[in-house]
Amino acid sequence: MTLLRRGAAPPGDKEATSLPRPGNDAVTERERRQIFWTRMDLRVTPYLFIAPFFILFAIFGLFPLLYTVWVSLHDWTLLGGNQGFNWFAHYTRLVQDAKFWNSLYNTFGIFVVAVVPQLLLAMYLADTLSRRIRAVNFFRMGLLLPYLTSIAAVAIVFSQLFGTQFGLINYVLGFFGIDPINWQAGRFSSWVAIAVMIDWRWTGYNALIYLAAMSAIPREIYEAAAIDGASRMRQFWQITIPMLRPTIIFTVIVSTIGQMQLFTEPVIFGDVAGGTQGQFQTTMMLIFEEAFRFNNYGYGSAIAWTLFMIIVVLSALNALLTSKIKGA
Amino acid sequence: MAATSTPSSPSVSAVPQSAKKRKRKNGGSIGMREATPLTYIGLSLTILLSVFPLWWMFVVASRDTAAASARPPYLWPGGNFLENLERLFTNTTANFTLGLLNSTISATAVALSVVFFSSLAGFSLAKLRFKGRNVAAVGVVLTMAVPVQMGIIPLLMLMEWFGWRGQITAIIVPFMVSGFGVFMMRQYCIQAIPDELLEAARMDGCSTFRIYWNVVLPALRPAMVVLGLLTFMTQWNEFTWALAVLTPANPTVQIAINQLNQSAYSRDFALMFTGSVVATLPLLILFFVLGRQLIGRIMEGAIK
Repeated sequence: MTLLRRGAAPPGDKEATSLPRPGNDAVTERERRQIFWTRMDLRVTPYLFIAPFFILFAIFGLFPLLYTVWVSLHDWTLLGGNQGFNWFAHYTRLVQDAKFWNSLYNTFGIFVVAVVPQLLLAMYLADTLSRRIRAVNFFRMGLLLPYLTSIAAVAIVFSQLFGTQFGLINYVLGFFGIDPINWQAGRFSSWVAIAVMIDWRWTGYNALIYLAAMSAIPREIYEAAAIDGASRMRQFWQITIPMLRPTIIFTVIVSTIGQMQLFTEPVIFGDVAGGTQGQFQTTMMLIFEEAFRFNNYGYGSAIAWTLFMIIVVLSALNALLTSKIKGA
Repeated sequence: MAATSTPSSPSVSAVPQSAKKRKRKNGGSIGMREATPLTYIGLSLTILLSVFPLWWMFVVASRDTAAASARPPYLWPGGNFLENLERLFTNTTANFTLGLLNSTISATAVALSVVFFSSLAGFSLAKLRFKGRNVAAVGVVLTMAVPVQMGIIPLLMLMEWFGWRGQITAIIVPFMVSGFGVFMMRQYCIQAIPDELLEAARMDGCSTFRIYWNVVLPALRPAMVVLGLLTFMTQWNEFTWALAVLTPANPTVQIAINQLNQSAYSRDFALMFTGSVVATLPLLILFFVLGRQLIGRIMEGAIK
């Protein structure tokens, strides 16, 4: 700060008065200006470089998030605007709202049905890919392919595949003597269909993450275990899994945060209402329905803030678990 | 979670190299397990399942709607793709042409903007000295951990105040910066740019911006490509926000195919699947061009 001020004040400056040579005035003036700008550059430019990120994040990320609390404490609709403060009326309504609890139940249900098989399968795939194998890049690319597709497009294709009468999945199940399933009608069957869409996309991605972590485990550990007579199975459970624990927790955290906001797949599969009885309406879909279909911004914000708090608590729990395991 | 692993992570380009080296070294050792036929069968089956929905998408898109329900099912493309394409682009409920244009513009603009602002901030946080630098770096990581998507309702109100609701500005401006991008660029700067290089440029009288432009940007190019691709992909796929803020009259590709999906009383699968093909194609092209770099990036992220 002091440097800045000194550079900015031209005549009364110490350096200027100590050099009273009238003939060289033009030169010193130019030099001084140069020094001033160099100093400005060193002091101010770093802030200018990070400013766009923080300013844009504050306007379009942080402000809307915090403003959600404010809106949730008001009667607030699209047409009427702010209709006044109503304390915690939306929150007391929320606690008694069966649709809200239903949506939470669905969100967590789909999460479990999707994530558990997904991570197990990813682990299996990573284990096979860590062997000496031909065309390893072909298989890696093949695993990543679903990750790089349009979510909505794939959800449309899967919705057709899960069709009751003409879907290929029921057709294939028919060979095993299973009667056509109306996937959208039942709670569990709709969860399974949505979980398949999610897993199709994310299993390969997680397998690659596990594969990277596996290849970082020193081979000597396995060799020592093999010499001691440990079977492959035992090596997997007693070396691979414990060594991968931080990575497994990482993938669980990322999946948790992602899955709590599940939206696209179920919306394409049904509608924002999530089936005739809301049997696959997630909380994010409920927020959308309340806020943008019924235009009730206040109540929608209350649900959004509640879901935000749930995500924060889950993340904190996960972080706590991680540090505990790392410390142990 | 990411904060604990900030300082000593390997760079984007360094990891595939070291991984390759490790593989070669282990190739001859006893520790590496041999693949059995079962390994190949399992993997091939997985690849088949990965590819099948995309293949099926193209099969139906190149036939007619009846083909989607034919028994036994067609497994080979037909000859109707161009005809379906024409029907798609002339369909008035979907506004597909406009959607394609909007998606291309918004995803490109957001990718360029994120790459630019991220490299700027990442360079500053990694290599420049200023008060509050560490606080700012932690702040960036925190922004990544916060699910800002929960602020969707006030964000929509903000768009209304700006008069951007229904405009493509609404799907560009809120996404112009990314905490993940800044974090990634900072990591890469720490690894890839030696301090001596910056000092030499400084000695030559370069301003900070010239150093950024002439020294840092060329060195960051590999990481910028990966970040640009990831951002383009995320933005192309954006659904929730686009559905909230845009109308079917001025859609993105995703909203256009959703429109086809929701509106048709008797569903025209050939049309929907053709739309899906067009919505997926740009991503697949990017995947085949840059897939290997992306795999390197994902696997590097895992080791951190």
